[in-house]
Formats: sequence, C-alpha cells, structure tokens
Amino acid sequence: MIGDRALDRVRQTLMLPDFEGERYVIERELGSGGMGVVYLATDRQLGRQVAIKVTRGIGRDSMFEERLRREAALLAQLEHPGIVPVHDAGVLHDGRLFVVMKLVRGATLAGHLPRIATLPQRLGLFERICEPLAFAHSRGFAHRDIKPSNIMIGEFGEVLVLDWGLATVLGSETGTGSGTDGWMAPEQAAGAPLDARADVFALGRLLEWMTQGFDRDRRLDAIVRKASATTPADRYENAAALVTDLRQYAMGRPVGAYRDSALERLGRFILRYRVAALLIVAYLVMRVVIAVAFGR
Amino acid sequence: MNKPVFGLLLGGVLGAFDGLSALLSAPETRPAIVGIVIGSTIKGLVAGVIIGWFAKKVNNVAAGIAFGLFVGLLLAFAIAAMPNPDGSHYWWEIMLPGSLVGAIVGYATQKYGREGRLAA
Repeated sequence: MIGDRALDRVRQTLMLPDFEGERYVIERELGSGGMGVVYLATDRQLGRQVAIKVTRGIGRDSMFEERLRREAALLAQLEHPGIVPVHDAGVLHDGRLFVVMKLVRGATLAGHLPRIATLPQRLGLFERICEPLAFAHSRGFAHRDIKPSNIMIGEFGEVLVLDWGLATVLGSETGTGSGTDGWMAPEQAAGAPLDARADVFALGRLLEWMTQGFDRDRRLDAIVRKASATTPADRYENAAALVTDLRQYAMGRPVGAYRDSALERLGRFILRYRVAALLIVAYLVMRVVIAVAFGR
Repeated sequence: MNKPVFGLLLGGVLGAFDGLSALLSAPETRPAIVGIVIGSTIKGLVAGVIIGWFAKKVNNVAAGIAFGLFVGLLLAFAIAAMPNPDGSHYWWEIMLPGSLVGAIVGYATQKYGREGRLAA
C-alpha cells in the first residue's frame, strides 16, 4: 500500500514541467497556489536562477491559464523596480502555460515586519509598497489582490508586489468575487464595477495591519479609515493620493483625511518649527528679562 | 533665492525688529532710535549674509545655529563696544539679543530649501 506522502511525491514528479532540451532546468518546487506551481529553475542561456510559474491543469483555455496569461502580459507592460519582471513565457509540451520571472529572494511582509520597530519606519515601508501600485494605477491597471503574502521584501530591502494574476485594466471589469476575504473591497466581493479604489481599500487594511500595536493618533487613524472606507466615493482616488496624504502626515502638515481644529493646527505648527519657536521665545523672554533686570 | 540672499533679507528684517525692541529694554534710547534701527539693520544684513554663506557650505542645523549665535554675538559686541555719550555701554542689552537673532537666522538658513520624506 502506497502512503500519502509517497503518493504526493509521485504526483509532484509527474507534474514537473518538462523542459527537456529547452533553456530551463527545473531544480525544485518553491511553492504552490490556486493558480499553479512555482519552481526554482536555472536559465542555462544566461546562467542565472529564475522562478517559473506553471499552471496546474493540462489543456488550454482554463480559468487559471487565462489568469496566468493576463499576468504575464500585464507584467511585461509594467516595468517598475517594485514589480517582478517577466523574462519569458510559453507553452510546455503538455500544453500547460509557463511564465519565467525574476527569482525574488527575501521574506514576505509578515516575516519582515517584526524587524521594523518604529512607526515612522513602518510608514516608510508602507509608502514603498504603494509605489508600484501607484505606478500601475497611473498606467491604468489595478492589482485586486493586495495582501501581506503578496508583498516581499528582498535581500537588500527592496519591496516587490507579487501575484498580479487578478490584475485588470481599470474600468474594464466588474468585481468577480475573486480576491482574498478580509482584504477584498466590498464592491469587488459584490461584483460591482471596479477602479483603483478597490486597491486603496486593501492598502487601507494593510496600513491598519502594519500599524497595529502602535499608538495611531487621530490624523493617522483618519487616513486609515479614509483608505478603507466601505464606500469607494469616500476613499482616496488611488495609491498616489494615499501616499501624498501620508507624506503630509509625516511632515506634520495638514492631511486631507482629517480637519484640524485651530488649536491643533497651532500645536502642529509649533511642533514642526519647534526649534525656531524656542529661539523666538528665548529672544522675547530675554528681552523682558533685560528690561526688568536692568530696570530701564 | 539662495541661502546668502535669504540670510541677508531675514537678517535685515530681524535686525530692524531687534533695533526697535530697544525701546522696550532701554526706553531712554528713544531719541536715538532711528540710528539704532539703522545700525541694527545693517548689523543684521551683514550677519545674515555671512550666516547664509555658512549654511550654503555646511549642512548641519546645530552647526548653523551655533555659527549664527557666534556671528551675532561678535557683531553685537562690535556695536556694544561703542560707548554711549555718557561713557556707558549697553553690553547685555545689545549682545544677548544680537546673538539670539544670529541663532534664529542660523536655524532658518539651514532649514531653507529642505523637504521632508517618510523614513525608510
């Protein structure tokens, strides 16, 4: 009787993509998801290691093949340091689709985050996560599956957003319900028309998750709430708008998400220019002291 | 606008205010206030351009404040060293405010032209 583990091994071996005589040599499986399996491979032509994503099913025109095809086409159009580049794509001898991508070495966001101890550093990291998404939005695309496991931090601190399999041209589709529960915008789950604000919703949830355990003040809280608002009309237009507000927050300037009271504005102004305020107060106090002390 | 020019303008404005504030700490100087304000403004202009030049060369807020304080003190000393008609000197009344005005110009010229960014 063959055990489950042995059966799994046999299944994996049978499913190994056949690149016999081709450019790539499969080394081992890196991971698998709903869409397919990702393998570590060597590109014999260029002498480098790559990641190869292969669809599960054999045969054409399946849903996952369509997603992989779309991901490859989209990644080929989006050249950005934060988006994993596609090197090659094709069809195996058995009809399965494959996409060859840059091999990313590093940790997922969940694994990396505990090393980021301060709130300003986490906000800085979040800003860098938003950059490739802001770029995609500016090119007319939405990711639609933003979550911690789709974000990797490379060996040298570079941020990469992965898995663009659900990405779409803005305004071209309605939500299909595909996505990840807890991260998916309500309109995406409901099958309503989507735009970049669906990604903003997920980014808002991500920002909330990345800053939990820290004391978020009212302004940062307002930014989180605006990004993850239930109604798209109440959110930021896109990732770039969210980043702009966060930068304003970091510099102690007014943010669009929160209306300061006059006292709060004054307090922030003094805090932002505290050295100058201290010098001016010192000057005025000294003037008074001189007037009093020298009795003139 | 470059830093020396910014320092020149700011130093001149603050110098003028500093001169006017003599009416508070030394009301007996009222008859000579025009001359005091002119002198204080010129001192502010000279200090401002020197401090602004320093800010162009050295990018450090603490150093800028310290340098401004020193330049302000030095020029104020030169003014305070000039005796009044009765032979007295307004040492503290001139040197202390002058040095602090220099420190303010030092800070402002260091900060002028910078932009913030989220921490990496």
